[in-house]
Amino acid sequence: MVDHAWMAGLRLAAAIAGGVVLVIFGFLVLEAWPALRSIGVGRFFTDPGWHPAGGEQAAFNLTPMLLGTLAAAIGAVLLATPLALASAVFCNYYAAPAPATLYRRLVELLAGIPSVVYGFWGLVVLVPLIRQIEPPGASLLAGILVLTIMILPTIALTADAAFRAVPETYLQAAAALGLSRPTLIGSVVLPAARSGLSTGVMLGTGRALGETMAVLMVCGNVVQTPSSLFDPVRTLTANIALEMAYALGDHRSALFVTGLSLLLMVTALVLASDGLTRRWAVDAGGHG
Amino acid sequence: MTDSLDFLRQHLGRAASMLLLAILVLASGCAPGSQTGADSESVKLVVTGSSTVAPLVSDLAKAFEAEHPAARIDVQTGGSSRGMADARQGLADIGMVSRSPKDDEQDLQWHAVAKDGLAVIVHADNPLDGLSGADVERIYRGEIASWQELGGNDAPVTVVSKAEGRSTLEIFLKHFGMASPDIQADVVIGDNQQGIKTVAGNPDAIAYVSIGTAEFEAAQGTPIKLLTLDGVVPSTAAVRDGSYPISRTLHLVTAQAPEGWVAEFLTFCGSTAAQPLVEGQFFVPLEAGGTLETPGTLKAAAPAPRTSTHG
Repeated sequence: MVDHAWMAGLRLAAAIAGGVVLVIFGFLVLEAWPALRSIGVGRFFTDPGWHPAGGEQAAFNLTPMLLGTLAAAIGAVLLATPLALASAVFCNYYAAPAPATLYRRLVELLAGIPSVVYGFWGLVVLVPLIRQIEPPGASLLAGILVLTIMILPTIALTADAAFRAVPETYLQAAAALGLSRPTLIGSVVLPAARSGLSTGVMLGTGRALGETMAVLMVCGNVVQTPSSLFDPVRTLTANIALEMAYALGDHRSALFVTGLSLLLMVTALVLASDGLTRRWAVDAGGHG
Repeated sequence: MTDSLDFLRQHLGRAASMLLLAILVLASGCAPGSQTGADSESVKLVVTGSSTVAPLVSDLAKAFEAEHPAARIDVQTGGSSRGMADARQGLADIGMVSRSPKDDEQDLQWHAVAKDGLAVIVHADNPLDGLSGADVERIYRGEIASWQELGGNDAPVTVVSKAEGRSTLEIFLKHFGMASPDIQADVVIGDNQQGIKTVAGNPDAIAYVSIGTAEFEAAQGTPIKLLTLDGVVPSTAAVRDGSYPISRTLHLVTAQAPEGWVAEFLTFCGSTAAQPLVEGQFFVPLEAGGTLETPGTLKAAAPAPRTSTHG
């Protein structure tokens, strides 16, 4: 009886969580539909620029912003992943218990800092520094660096949890074989923890793709395909935040297309990651 | 081995339910204000729109509430476009718009509250004190790479412009006869404050913001400088006498002819009692009684270029 009630409650909770995602997706499609119909999907990739309030000459090219979003997120993940892995390895296999605990708390604290604080720090410290190397300072590089710091704790904490979930027997077996610590980490721990690690990287990528305020403050928000790290870029999220309050008609609808493309991007990421994990599972099954 | 998927599902679910909660809260907050007559006991007016006009209307609302304890006025920002949209859809009783009506916006009732100008600002360390309108236009068209060409430092110009849809951008474009694709910006910003912070942190930046806000920030010690434009000092005084070339009239809009509390509030906004509050926000008051312009006169005035002294 209790079990049945429990089951029903869980089902309801799961249905709500899943339903909300579908409702949001439906809402985005509904709001984006007028633009998709009157402007057409093609123009979002071929127009000469992004000038959505231009009346007759309005242009709606999202490509530079798609590329800007990808460049900022990929750059941040490439920088943050090695740092985060190193941090988790240090925590689990090199640091003494007391410093390791202190270090974990610090990383958790880093994860809890609101994004607008990172953004403000980026605007008053990082951007002027980069400006001294190459103006204007507000740039793709500033965005990548701020995002790196923001997703570092996400990946580090997930990796830490994944390492701790590696069965003790693996470590004992490795020790019995006389493996050195680097070999133990490289050949036993990392492969055993890869599913958890990929989850961490995926969560970090998701956060980097979706981050808005910090990126809006440091990236310069110029709609262009960046040709160097010092070029200002606008991300999809920044585009929505900058213009939504001021947008009407096709412009507003085009911003929902922006949101929809972001959602599709994250969906693709989830599917890719799921596919990868599944293949690993098959591999592991084959070997085991 | 679908750990990662489960993990993500968990997180997405949590994010989604929080989003739903936020939507519910927002939706209930956006419910239309009850617009009952002046005789009812307590009334709430919702005013939304331009972030330029909002601080002024907040002050006016406080003064109005002090005089009429039964009235509650809720002021929310979101841009001039939102102000007009909300007034049209009945989501707000009054919309705030920081410019004059366009031809296709005559369906609304327009009530002028104050005037404001656009100042071109640079960092306080910039040796230049003024620019000609032609130079400003060349800078924004990307034709001037270094301040040296204008007699300044040997440093590249950082051009700061506003995002599409902002009325400040529209007024700037209209004044210089440019279209938004002509602007070659290095940094695109949202509101006036972000513009002032960007210029204060970059000695080679140039931006255009509301004169009122810029005058206030400069007086507070923020390292920015208001440039003279064609020799005219940008000041609230110059906007008042019409000598400063880039100015605009701030408006309140209503969907129908105002009545009840809405009419009372609009009358209050145009009264002499409101003038010190307008000046306190570094805007330029209109002559008393200028608030309730009839739509007819505005219709006649609308086709005139907005860059003139009228705003």
